[in-house]
Amino acid sequence: MLSKLWVSFLGISFIFGFLTNRMDVVSAAYTEGAAAAIELILKIVGLMCLWSGVMEIAYESGLSGHIARLMRPLLKSLFGKVSKDEKAMELISANITANLLGVSNAATPIGLQAASRLYNLSGKRGTPDSVLTLTILNTASIQIIPTTVAAIRSSYGAAKPFDIMPAVWGASLCSVVTVLFLARLLKNRFPDISK
Amino acid sequence: MISAVVPFLLFAICTYALYTGIDVFSVFIRGARKGLDTAIGILPTLIGLLTAVYMLRASGVIDLAGEILSPLMSILGIPKECTVLALLKPISGGGGLAVGSEIIKTYGADSYTGRVAAVMLGASETSLYTIGIYCGYLGIKNTRYAVPVALAGDIVAFVTSAFFVKIF
Repeated sequence: MLSKLWVSFLGISFIFGFLTNRMDVVSAAYTEGAAAAIELILKIVGLMCLWSGVMEIAYESGLSGHIARLMRPLLKSLFGKVSKDEKAMELISANITANLLGVSNAATPIGLQAASRLYNLSGKRGTPDSVLTLTILNTASIQIIPTTVAAIRSSYGAAKPFDIMPAVWGASLCSVVTVLFLARLLKNRFPDISK
Repeated sequence: MISAVVPFLLFAICTYALYTGIDVFSVFIRGARKGLDTAIGILPTLIGLLTAVYMLRASGVIDLAGEILSPLMSILGIPKECTVLALLKPISGGGGLAVGSEIIKTYGADSYTGRVAAVMLGASETSLYTIGIYCGYLGIKNTRYAVPVALAGDIVAFVTSAFFVKIF
């Protein structure tokens, strides 16, 4: 998917630049992109490492375990029958906690383990709602501290890089509620035919 | 008030960790190292996509897309400069980062447009890619309602990003 997109980006800029007679600007831009990528990474890598370290501490100290326990009642209502499976619920809590803390390199492997557990519990057939619920929870961002974005803002001179947090929380929450609500609403309109 | 949140969290997390008896600094170093891996990991993607984004912008097609979609964007309350970000983010995290950081750089980190771009980046995930990973991992072909639901979630995240930047 990204391959097609990338090639069409390059193609569109060539054709459009040719048509609008801006070929010299397009050609100059081609030399700037790569340098800009290095510059951006250099600017944000320090803060990214710092927060990655702090979140690792939160994770390792068992703080994530406390958050996971607080989430239990919520998970019960989201996952229905399968919430009786201790192991599955444990993995799901760990996945959500890692997402909340922004430890994304931990979130995905745990999330996949959880998905596979849920799939097995549903008899390894079709497309179970429990797997989809977990998947769409992972398509909505629920990060407490948006570190990468704060790092970018700080590198471009924001007075208070973190002051966007309430807006990020508000928007994330709206989006999470939307996906969960819509999933429940559309569950029967998109029946699990392959079952 | 909000300025206190981050220093407080930093202090509280580390104090709690010290209290539980883990080797706080070693764990920090290990985590920071992972941050470095992440940064190096996204660099090649960023190089490829930022090159494409720079060329697209120079060719004028990004402005044109913004103009064409601006009636829709203004109904949704999203600044038209963020159009391409909204289109790209659900597909590629690196692409979202590339476009978003360019918007923040061009319009200023504290400008309304720059803030909306930052909140859009922070409040959304690479939805289609995530569905691909989860369903691909299990070998599930029929994703049922996952795609429309995830995209609706992204739209809501983008619209409410603009809204919350306005009110906060």
